[in-house]
Amino acid sequence: MDAPWIWLIPLLPLAGAAANGLLHARFLGAGGGAAPERRASWLGVGSVALSFGVCLAAFLRLLALDPEQRVLRASLAPWISAGQIDVAWSLAIDPLNAAMMLVVTGVGALIHLYSTGYMHGDRGFAKYFAYLNLFVAMMLMLILSDSLVGLFLGWEGVGLCSYLLIGFWYDDGEKADAARKAFVVNRIGDLGFLIGMGLLFWQTGSFSFEAVNDAARSGGIPSGLATVAGLMLFLGCCGKSAQIPLYVWLPDAMAGPTPVSALIHAATMVTSGIYLVARLADFFTFAPGVLPVIGAVGAATALFAATIGLAQRDIKKVLAYSTVSQLGYMFLALGVGAFGAALYHLITHAFFKALLFLGAGSVIHAMHHEQDMFRMGGLRDRIPVTFRTMTVGAFALAGVPLFSGFFSKDEILFLSAASGGGGWLLWAVGLTGAVLTAAYTGRLLALTFFGGPRYDTRKLTPHESPASMLTPLRVLAFLSVAGGLLGLPFHLFTPLHDWLHPVLGGAEAAARGEAQASAALEAVLMLLGGGAAVASLYLGWKRFVQDPGEGLLDPRRGALRHPAAAWHVDAFYTAFVVVPLKLFAAVCAAFDLLVVDGAVNFLAWRSRESAEGVRSLQSGGAPEYALWMAAGAVVLVAGLVFGAL
Amino acid sequence: MFREPLLPWMVFLPLAGAFTVLFSPLRETGLRRLALLFSGVTAVLGAVAFAAFSPELSGFQFRFEQDWFTLPGLDAPLRLALGLDGLSVLLLALSAFLMPLILVSAPGHIRHRVREFLFWALLMEAGMIGVFAATDLVLFYFFWELSLIPLYFLVGIWGGPNRIYASLKFVLYTLAGSLVLLVGLIRVALEAGTTDIGRLIEADLDPGLQRFAFACFALGFLIKVPVLPFHTWLPDAHVQAPTGGSVVLAGVMLKMGTYGLMRFGLQAFPAGAVDWAPWLLLLGAAGIVYGSLLAWAQSDIKKLVAYSSVGHLGFVVLGTFAGNATALQGAVLQGVNHGISTGALFLLVGVLYDRRHTRAMDAFGGLARTFPAFAFLLVLTSLASVGLPGTNGFVGEFLILMGTFEQHPWLAALAGLGVVLGAVYMLGLCREVLFGPVTHEANRRLEPLRPREWAALAPLAALMLWIGLYPSPFLERTRFACFETAERLAPWLERAGEEARPPAPALPATPEPELR
Repeated sequence: MDAPWIWLIPLLPLAGAAANGLLHARFLGAGGGAAPERRASWLGVGSVALSFGVCLAAFLRLLALDPEQRVLRASLAPWISAGQIDVAWSLAIDPLNAAMMLVVTGVGALIHLYSTGYMHGDRGFAKYFAYLNLFVAMMLMLILSDSLVGLFLGWEGVGLCSYLLIGFWYDDGEKADAARKAFVVNRIGDLGFLIGMGLLFWQTGSFSFEAVNDAARSGGIPSGLATVAGLMLFLGCCGKSAQIPLYVWLPDAMAGPTPVSALIHAATMVTSGIYLVARLADFFTFAPGVLPVIGAVGAATALFAATIGLAQRDIKKVLAYSTVSQLGYMFLALGVGAFGAALYHLITHAFFKALLFLGAGSVIHAMHHEQDMFRMGGLRDRIPVTFRTMTVGAFALAGVPLFSGFFSKDEILFLSAASGGGGWLLWAVGLTGAVLTAAYTGRLLALTFFGGPRYDTRKLTPHESPASMLTPLRVLAFLSVAGGLLGLPFHLFTPLHDWLHPVLGGAEAAARGEAQASAALEAVLMLLGGGAAVASLYLGWKRFVQDPGEGLLDPRRGALRHPAAAWHVDAFYTAFVVVPLKLFAAVCAAFDLLVVDGAVNFLAWRSRESAEGVRSLQSGGAPEYALWMAAGAVVLVAGLVFGAL
Repeated sequence: MFREPLLPWMVFLPLAGAFTVLFSPLRETGLRRLALLFSGVTAVLGAVAFAAFSPELSGFQFRFEQDWFTLPGLDAPLRLALGLDGLSVLLLALSAFLMPLILVSAPGHIRHRVREFLFWALLMEAGMIGVFAATDLVLFYFFWELSLIPLYFLVGIWGGPNRIYASLKFVLYTLAGSLVLLVGLIRVALEAGTTDIGRLIEADLDPGLQRFAFACFALGFLIKVPVLPFHTWLPDAHVQAPTGGSVVLAGVMLKMGTYGLMRFGLQAFPAGAVDWAPWLLLLGAAGIVYGSLLAWAQSDIKKLVAYSSVGHLGFVVLGTFAGNATALQGAVLQGVNHGISTGALFLLVGVLYDRRHTRAMDAFGGLARTFPAFAFLLVLTSLASVGLPGTNGFVGEFLILMGTFEQHPWLAALAGLGVVLGAVYMLGLCREVLFGPVTHEANRRLEPLRPREWAALAPLAALMLWIGLYPSPFLERTRFACFETAERLAPWLERAGEEARPPAPALPATPEPELR
């Protein structure tokens, strides 16, 4: 049904961004003084909170509708209408993106609130909120648009905000580099997105999700083309959602303020790729060979990133690789056709990973911007609220039974095991990753909160963060536990799956076919997974409480030196992609100067030379002219004479 | 009604302004104001032409015709014939719109021989507007050449240290192209017996003549655009030109080439266009990648922007010859977009140059801290230049890429590399100039943006967002002309396709749907 008011959902944060931008401009114009923190906070938090309110209203409106009719539409104006293309500014809310928008605005509002404390005293306070609000607006455009083009606007828009926020403290050249890297790597994926979009458009004549899904269901897309288009779109997802081979930007993105890492690089933006695949679930299901690739990439990323997470010294880097790894689990779920399970993990992950990042922010805040876990230790008495809430998040991430991450991750593992074919292999990879996840989580807790202090206690007395930062921690800790209620195992209570069923049910049935598994298998796998997680968490904690193990990371002798260097992938990319390309550009520049332009200048020079040759005839000397005249006359006469003969 | 005299006035006003300035007793500031008045009124007329242009009509609007003189060998007299259609209306409005901005910003870098500068600038404006408004071939050629000479003086007098080389290269290169164009023009005029562009388009000329004429015309236009490998005059001209010259060059002059390719290449000589299209498409796509790579390799900001132009114009060429209305509409719009974004980039480079007298990237760094307004504008313009959705660049690039996908998915994918490389070099520029620590003390004391600099940049920034968010007013005006042009191409494309592949086997008869 038509509901024009849903445009308020993205427009409110957009207005907040504009207002905060003006506030910042005025602050700069005034040339000093204190940043307008109060007003910026109200505008920033208020606009997102209001948007969350409208989201709730839209959700209730949907709830009141018949399950098969749950769509709210709003079309504002034409956007790009030219040639055969006709794209409008239009939104459509169905159960799938309704779930997403609640997470984005809900978690978003909490992180905005947290930021008011975290960013206190920063010169760019209002600018920060302008960017953060703009991000929320763009993220909402991404998930609420009813067409690939509208989604792409949000897709690149969130990329822009990510760029601006990673480079927020741009005086530091490394941070500015990280921002640029994030944008460029994402653009590589976006090229895939554009190609996939172009292929689909000429096949279906439309960019709208419904048209693409319908065409796929009715066999209107040739299978070869569907495969190529699907893989190209997935390349876009690899960029935005940090999967192999394009994940390298996300760890660097930790250069941004920590709440940004929580919101953009953990809870929302990086899940866009999962949303895209779920949005086009029918299409991906019917594109031969694409889902297996997605599943394999997801599983590989889940394991690969987890190994790196075990060997980081920067608390945020651990969480960053953890995010890459967890996103891998979501793609694994998508790959085996468990779209609902992917969304479930997306939501619980948004809660507990936002919590962990905000907790890490609180730790960093307490430690005066120290992020090296080897320089922490014993903080559990100093910052008790942070410790307790972070422990909840860590348990959820590790998959300790009854915490939300346990339910959502085990559902993914169980469903991949039950998906037939290479399902058991995926399960084994996923379980190994889960064991490593629990281990690095235990290590993180041990290094940060346990043992004795490894910082100079005379210079630094860690203190708990203000209430504006602790309240979001508490709320998210609650959600990290309660989030499990969205989908309990054994079909006990599955509100999320039921809610998503009208959208994803068809694709799940088609993708998973007859794959059924007994409750007994589910129970066994769950016990196995839960037990492994608890054991690994304990062992990881115990190992590193006793000895922080800094030597393990030693670049020459440490046992973990290769994962500590992220398996040298960045070095590899630099040596084999960036440097050769840069050299090639330099060669092109030389070629242009010497050959292309050289040819032009050579031509000019030749013309001039030949002109010189002719010019020398006109020397101005009378004897010479007379000679030429005589010669000419001889030729002329000769010609006449012989011509006449 | 204002419709008939509108275009003559738009050509005449800058011309009159040029000579008024030349003989006016006013001194420097007064002269600047006088010139601004003339070009400002012309810009208003341009806005009127844009607003009053009816998207619902096919063919030329605002037509003005007046017999001029008769040439032997031609049945009809040459005429002063002006008119606008969907291919020209945006570019005409852009030309009129840019000149006041250039004059407003000029005091920053034009400090001597102001009277002459204003004279040449206004003369050039008349020429540019005339090129887009002319509907007679000879008149078109007249304006084409008229716009060339002033730029020669702009670069040659107010340019950088190597200005003589650059201006001579520019003039000789384009003049060589123009001469070939002239040869084609004479043969077309003699064989078709008319120089009226509308009638030439309708005439369906002999395919042999079309092919010959296309080759001649296209060479002239390709040099002007410029398309790889005829582009080497451009970086030299841009780097040596004063800011205003660069803005005109990028904003309008290069578009005369792409406009010519569409107006003559596609509309009047479709047979030739279809023959040459595969090569031109390849050149366009290659130019995108090549230009972007070269831009990446530059350390001089202005050179970087100049090479980026080669890449952006590759998109326009790609869209022109992709063979459908989607890409063509994108190409028309992208021409305008390039004028806006690259024009703004050159103005921004000028802002830096006026303050620091250098354009080396490593002379800057950390300007976001010391010069925030500039940083904001440069980031915005860079984003428009790399085609971020929500800015004008996206709409044009998107239409071109999507349109190209229909027939040439591989070329579209190749061109798409430009999207990645564009981000590489533009964000690289931002990184070097705006971010990182402040490395030069002089960059701590940069004078804030002056009102006249705002006045030149703010309208361009507004246009970037307007076209990015709501391009309908621009796109709908190009719709008719682009569809008609694409239709004109279609039979030739079909013929070329049939020759290329063996005749398709007859399809089995489709069974009649059963009626229930």
